[in-house]
Amino acid sequence: MQPSFTLTEEQTALRDTARRFLRDKSGTEKVREDMATASGFDESLWKEIAQMGWQAMAIPEEHGGAGYGVVEQAILLEEMGRFLFCAPYLSSVVLGATAVLSAATDDQKAELLPAVAAGELRLTVAGPLGPDVDSSPVRVEGGALHGEVDTVIDGHTADRFVVLASGEDGLELHLTAADADGIETEQVTSLDQTRKLARVRFDGTAAERLGDAEAGSAWRAAIRAGAVALANEQVGGAQQVLDMAVDYAKTRKQFGRAIGSFQAIKHRCAELLVDVESAKSTAYHAARALAADEPDEQDIAIPLARSYCSEVYERAAAENIQIHGGIGFTWEHDAHLYFKRAKSTKLLLGDPVGWRADLADALGF
Amino acid sequence: MADTSTDQQRELVDERLERLFDEHPPGETDDQEFWGAQYDLGLAWVQFPEGKGGLGVSPRFQKRVNDAIEDAGGSIENRYRNLLGIGMGAGTLIAHATEEQQDRWLRPMFTMEELWCQLFSEPGAGSDLAGLATSAEREGDEWIVNGQKVWTTLAHRSKWGMIVTRTDPDVPKHAGLTYFIVDMEADGVSVRPLYQITGEAEFNEVYFDDVHIPDENRIGEVGAGWSVAMATLMNERVAIGASVVPRGSGAIGQAVATWNERDLDDPVKRDELTRHWIAAEAQRLTAARASEARQKGTPGPEGSTAKLQWAELNKAITSFTMDLLGEEGLLYPDGYELVRPDETGTRTPSRHKAFLRARANSIEGGTSEIMKNILGERVLGLPGEPRVDKNIPWKEVPRS
Repeated sequence: MQPSFTLTEEQTALRDTARRFLRDKSGTEKVREDMATASGFDESLWKEIAQMGWQAMAIPEEHGGAGYGVVEQAILLEEMGRFLFCAPYLSSVVLGATAVLSAATDDQKAELLPAVAAGELRLTVAGPLGPDVDSSPVRVEGGALHGEVDTVIDGHTADRFVVLASGEDGLELHLTAADADGIETEQVTSLDQTRKLARVRFDGTAAERLGDAEAGSAWRAAIRAGAVALANEQVGGAQQVLDMAVDYAKTRKQFGRAIGSFQAIKHRCAELLVDVESAKSTAYHAARALAADEPDEQDIAIPLARSYCSEVYERAAAENIQIHGGIGFTWEHDAHLYFKRAKSTKLLLGDPVGWRADLADALGF
Repeated sequence: MADTSTDQQRELVDERLERLFDEHPPGETDDQEFWGAQYDLGLAWVQFPEGKGGLGVSPRFQKRVNDAIEDAGGSIENRYRNLLGIGMGAGTLIAHATEEQQDRWLRPMFTMEELWCQLFSEPGAGSDLAGLATSAEREGDEWIVNGQKVWTTLAHRSKWGMIVTRTDPDVPKHAGLTYFIVDMEADGVSVRPLYQITGEAEFNEVYFDDVHIPDENRIGEVGAGWSVAMATLMNERVAIGASVVPRGSGAIGQAVATWNERDLDDPVKRDELTRHWIAAEAQRLTAARASEARQKGTPGPEGSTAKLQWAELNKAITSFTMDLLGEEGLLYPDGYELVRPDETGTRTPSRHKAFLRARANSIEGGTSEIMKNILGERVLGLPGEPRVDKNIPWKEVPRS
């Protein structure tokens, strides 16, 4: 597949609008306010972005979506990453909706997707999050779920869970309401407070099967959509920390000169620039491969972007703290918020080593 | 995205290509004659003006031309064998030379009747090129040149050299430079091979001993040599690393081929191979993104990173390939007897030679350290280092 990166006028406008909106509505004071709440996000902002069609962006029109695609969604995610926007977008709109779209019956899609697209219903996924999943800690027996999932993104605020469970037919997907009998949800303190996690225990929970096919490929589709989403979110964050580091290097003076005039600092910034620009190329290309429905290219582009962007963001966020020196280690400075997001997104949905193994398989190494 | 002017440009290029192939069937025509016809039809550098080997169209159509010629069985060898001229000199001449100079030099450069080299670096002026010491003193209509240049690629094959000289030692270093085209066959020019760590001598030391250059060979104004030299260097840096290569080609292709043909399966090395593959692909995608942005006329920071990234990657990957070879990496099958190649940076070197040759990648065409300064200062806007040689006459600057 020939790489192509140019944004249409409409896509550029979408990016600019999203950036302006998030700068106004999700500045760091607001992020700090939201991350300190139990839910971790602002319901009224969630409704505002729904009015702008953000949740509907990549959901097909026939299911109540806006009928744009993954590329447009990736543009939004890059901006969300840049501003550490607190919202259950990844869990519901990317992971949850993709699983439903890939596995569910038409009736189930009709029930769920328009509501997800409208921001009225929030999904999340419960099961192992990684590139190569062949089992689940949850089993299904007689239509009831048993087992525990340690890491459920936004598990404490989702309305429904899409659960990967081992059943008679191998892996199956099941849908259950978050407040069903036999579910115990415990919010855990996450390293990255801007993305909340919960531990969910199923103890004979009644569930409805999503579709009737073996669920491995639907789960894989959801994880891969999540990987593309995270890669784009990561490059937004990486660009932001690079901007922070460069701005600080221009203004902070030691030994009578701006620290950015020292090559020890300047060269670090230049290396980050190279890394961040390269990471963007991989993230954008992965989004286009996913949007173009090119399975062979996806096998390469997705693990590539996922592993590369994870490492670049982590390095950039860490360097940002170092370049800031003492102030970068304080709670009041925003550097740690990005550092924690960077580490968390690296470990979420499978770490780079696992994704590289996935890529090595695809390349036949 | 296609607009009418793009379509018109493509039609013009295709029409000229058809004429070229009709009148000078590739494969049946002598290379030099073919390249001459290609020049006359404006297909040498399509972005150049008509009459100067171009058509005044977008540079991206050059790839279309090159591909078409190769597909038709013609040769684009001149682009490799006269890289310094066709890749760097021509752009400099178009930007800074007079009409007469362009008409004198461009065509024989393209046909390879006259090969070109670049005489910039000196033993005492590497990264700090503007500190160079080779002098040119005016005598009537001529300039008398004395000094030494080094790292001169293919000087031993060249007819013409692009040389930067110091014409005024009493002003700060950047202000006292002048750019000339020197006849490499002139009296007083001596070229000696520079024996490299690979066993080859692509490069040379060139000595100038009272060499006469006519003033009509001066490019740009007296004292304006720095900006002319910058035009050459920009062309060079774009030429290195910025081209979009096929996926999995070059150094990473050699690494993968080595992995596959030896049936290796060590999990640590497998991860390392994949990591290198990813880095190479990320660089390739970035070069593609930069090239797209250039064509749209909106080049961004991604366009400046290619040279640095490519150089560092090439070193890392060629070194890794040697690791994959294990004890075979103890050998040097190419041998160290001095070889004088016809072109720079052999296109398909052995793994061993590639490993050694790569060390130069982060030195030639601007060291990685200089590239980081450029990225830091020009792209990110960070302040420069304080300079002790600023605003003082060149002759008072301490030199090693």
